[in-house]
Amino acid sequence: MNITLRVWRQRSSGDEGRMVTYQVEDVSPDMSFLEMLDVLNEKLTLAGEEPIAFDHDCREGICGACGVVIDGVAHGPETTTTCQLHMRSFDDGDTITVEPWRAKAFPVVKDLVVDRSSFDRIIQAGGYISAPTGSAPDAHATPVPKADADRAFDAATCIGCGACVAACPNASGMLFTAAKVTHLGSVPQGQPERDARVVQMLNQHDEEEFGGCTNIGECAAVCPKGIPLDTISQLNRDLLGSLATGSAE
Amino acid sequence: MAELYIEGDPIRDEKAPEGPIEERWDKRRFSAKLVNPANRRKLSVIIVGTGLAGASAAATLGEAGYNVKSFCYQDSPRRAHSIAAQGGINAAKNYRNDGDSIYRLFYDTVKGGDFRSRESNVHRLSQVSVEIIDQCVAQGVPFAREYGGLLDNRSFGGVQVSRTFYARGQTGQQLLVGAYQALERQVAAGTVEMNTRHEMLELVVVDGRARGIIARDMVTGEIETHFADAVVLASGGYGNVFYLSTNAMGCNVTASWRAHRKGALFANPCYTQIHPTCIPVSGDYQSKLTLMSESLRNDGRIWVPKEGGDQRDPREIPEEERDYYLERRYPAFGNLVPRDIASRAAKNVCDEGRGVGPGGLGVYLDFADAIKRMGRPAVEAKYGNLFDMYQRITGENPYEVPMRIYPAVHYTMGGLWVDYDLQSTIPGLFVTGEANFSDHGANRLGASALMQGLADGYFVLPNTINDYLADGPFETLDENTPEAREAADAVRDRIDTLLSINGDRTVDSFHKELGQIMWDYCGMERTEEGLRKALDSVRELRAEFWRSVRVLGSNDELNQALEKAGRVADFLELAELMCIDALHRRESCGGHFRAESQTEDGEALRDDENFSYVAAWQFSGAGQAPVLRKEDLNYEYVEMKQRSYK
Amino acid sequence: MALKSAMAVTGAILVLFLIAHMYGNLLVFGGREAFDDYSHHLRELGEPMLPHGGFLWIMRVVLLASVLVHAYAAVALWRRAARARPAGQRYAVRRSAQSPARRYATQTMRWGGIIIVLFVVYHLLHLTTNHIAPGGASNSPYERVVNGFSIWWVVLSYTVAVLVIGYHLWHGIWSALATLGANRASRERALRTISTAIATIITVGFLIPPFSVLFGLVS
Repeated sequence: MNITLRVWRQRSSGDEGRMVTYQVEDVSPDMSFLEMLDVLNEKLTLAGEEPIAFDHDCREGICGACGVVIDGVAHGPETTTTCQLHMRSFDDGDTITVEPWRAKAFPVVKDLVVDRSSFDRIIQAGGYISAPTGSAPDAHATPVPKADADRAFDAATCIGCGACVAACPNASGMLFTAAKVTHLGSVPQGQPERDARVVQMLNQHDEEEFGGCTNIGECAAVCPKGIPLDTISQLNRDLLGSLATGSAE
Repeated sequence: MAELYIEGDPIRDEKAPEGPIEERWDKRRFSAKLVNPANRRKLSVIIVGTGLAGASAAATLGEAGYNVKSFCYQDSPRRAHSIAAQGGINAAKNYRNDGDSIYRLFYDTVKGGDFRSRESNVHRLSQVSVEIIDQCVAQGVPFAREYGGLLDNRSFGGVQVSRTFYARGQTGQQLLVGAYQALERQVAAGTVEMNTRHEMLELVVVDGRARGIIARDMVTGEIETHFADAVVLASGGYGNVFYLSTNAMGCNVTASWRAHRKGALFANPCYTQIHPTCIPVSGDYQSKLTLMSESLRNDGRIWVPKEGGDQRDPREIPEEERDYYLERRYPAFGNLVPRDIASRAAKNVCDEGRGVGPGGLGVYLDFADAIKRMGRPAVEAKYGNLFDMYQRITGENPYEVPMRIYPAVHYTMGGLWVDYDLQSTIPGLFVTGEANFSDHGANRLGASALMQGLADGYFVLPNTINDYLADGPFETLDENTPEAREAADAVRDRIDTLLSINGDRTVDSFHKELGQIMWDYCGMERTEEGLRKALDSVRELRAEFWRSVRVLGSNDELNQALEKAGRVADFLELAELMCIDALHRRESCGGHFRAESQTEDGEALRDDENFSYVAAWQFSGAGQAPVLRKEDLNYEYVEMKQRSYK
Repeated sequence: MALKSAMAVTGAILVLFLIAHMYGNLLVFGGREAFDDYSHHLRELGEPMLPHGGFLWIMRVVLLASVLVHAYAAVALWRRAARARPAGQRYAVRRSAQSPARRYATQTMRWGGIIIVLFVVYHLLHLTTNHIAPGGASNSPYERVVNGFSIWWVVLSYTVAVLVIGYHLWHGIWSALATLGANRASRERALRTISTAIATIITVGFLIPPFSVLFGLVS
């Protein structure tokens, strides 16, 4: 396959960026999208042009490091991570546009690399259960209904890649925040801090200048881990509950 | 052989307590000096790496009140490669009432390690395993549960008891997220300072103590000097020396190797684990290999065509022209033989020219019989997610066509030498998780890596490091301390050199070539002749690297090629030591198979008489013969036996 | 979050109003007397506790307040979204990953809202104050309706507006329920059905009278 790539190049966060067009020849349909970028980077390096910077690490869809917007869709045409997208999803002769996640809360570091530390700060605000090492009772002390454990697990599979923000027309980080609120709120260990958690995490979310959620649903449609949209509703319910009891104060 | 290394004085683990094995950990905890809570905030600890071992240690030491500085090369601590572990985590809870106990987990682990690990360490690991599960549940880790609300267990990796706790196929992710959240909680509390996108490039040793690190800010390129009273390396394994492995692309040996060059001994570098069920290479652009849970071997049948070069569609090859070689050679265990045996058998049939798929590097893992026997829905329920993953990567439908699998490097048991306190031979330098060598011997059992990482980080290190820190705080240092300045200058010089060579080969081309050499000669099967050849090739390649590598761009920006170049340079040095270690160990044990040392049936043959020791290597200068320091291994509790899976 | 909840609550008020309004409209089939009586009664509702037209004014105030709060919240969220992805950080290519119908409903809420506001103004000038009087002015509400909807382009303009409202509600009702915390995976289908049903009933209910007039079923 031969592919034409239009890639966002930007030297650093302070610089202006622009789209640059590259030809990539002899692409194998079995290559992953990132391997195709590797091949291009090898070529660029030998030609004396700086390779394209992009985040990636595990390349098996679990670390959440990779992620670019491909032809306008976060992670591209398959509902998976960019590293698990293969070139067989494209046709010979295609022109593919590759852009970084775009949001004020995710400033571009270089080319396709963005800074997602705002997600870490949302977790710092309350995305945990306070259980200092050594203080735990026996693991069987509190049974957890299977349905709750499964619900917690489904929400906890979030990999923090940021595709939800990239896809959201409002650039909202609500699905990410809601996944954590739902994970920790679904197990008994998470109850004592439940009311405070949702308020603190949401305040931090807003402080990071993510957009507001208007229930559009693009986030869940691109989420590589299938985090359900109803986690956002659960977040709202927890929030209303917390405000109603005033226990968050 | 003598020209390759020099034998030095033996080494002993001075911290290991004597006495009945089940009392040793208590004894050590009691004898270790304590640090008054009020004094802890005057003490600082640097932790490199935020995987299970690093994040858990940072969180726990932060909770204890120490000043922790944590470093990771990723953009968030949550992305460390522990996240990719699928299977589960062992713990001797005996919730199944099936005869499990701390002692049995200890026994299985020593035996599984092929008698090349320390009894004291392994017993402690088994004791602590129980607390890990409690800790993780308290953090909200959503382990699989039964309808009654209690935790589910499964048996894993061929053991006869069900002691593995799991969270679907994403146990590593869930455990790491738990540790990461605990870490972020301490960041919010101000006890941990998190430095993401920072790579440790040098260790600072002052007056014989590890006192800090030189790290590069990967966004600005700034070379920073960080000081502390102790340094902990939790930087993972070195499987990426093979280029293709199941490790993440960024996994590297640099932190460990830099410490090794500063005097920390490197133990058993040749012990690598090769996992039998990975998706094979599809072309020379391949950047990494993906593991599929070995649970697939429970129902899938492994075979190759009897005749080499058979190009037919596998479905058209009649039964009598197939060779189910594992079932044939190991009638008792069949497709469920241990990882190393399954891997080597696959290599053998491919070497005979009977491999399938691109390049003849693959064997079939066939579910046709299982689908016939169990029905497709049952197969789907059990393995659906794995089949989906396979189909996404290969574009082939495993319900219709047999899967193709091939072994891939997965884990490295070797690492920096540490004593019972997890302290290396440099005082103040501690090493945890996969980065150290201590608990798995020559082979690691399934679901034990997560256990070791968390045991070290949550429970062991926080109870041993205080013995060292009790003597602190040590003298205040600054960037003008000669040792620190020297280390920072060395880092800058190296970066300048890499950027100025401007040769005609990319970093990746060197990495790929190195990986091929190591895979061919220091991989699943090793011979004296092959290893000697590898040594020559690696040395040649290293020379060429420093002559003709091309790294574009500058230091003062995000420069991924520069990052890779530094890592590959260190892999090129490590590779040499791995080959020397593999050469000197003329026995087969666990994941280390020397063709010269096998039974009549082609099984690994240990030589306990001559090799029952830890090979700890001391650096004596680039290109100089390293010094071998032996630590004798004694087995008081588990009787040494030869494995048999016939 | 407060903005979103305000949108949900005010939206719910407006939906309830629409349902009442639709009921009134359908009285057109009861003939001139019934229809005119109904609109007259609206002014007398609550008497003698309230002065003449008092109820209507309370309703107008509540509705106007709802519209203003709804619009304010919408604008605030819109501006926040614009700040969250400022100029210079917009995508060169942008595509939705949702089904076309869902995409259309979810991503036309803002422009839909503006169209609806403009329509409401037009609608009030037409049938309430009668400043715009295609087909002839009248003191009888019934006659205004019949005069207006006998003209094809008036019906067309109303049809377009009602369809826009329907789309707005289709997503809006579901969204309000989700915002108020009612959504769960197990209820998702039920909630979607409810919002589809309400949106459809309101759309159809509002379209019946104008078309009946146009086709001479009511005259």
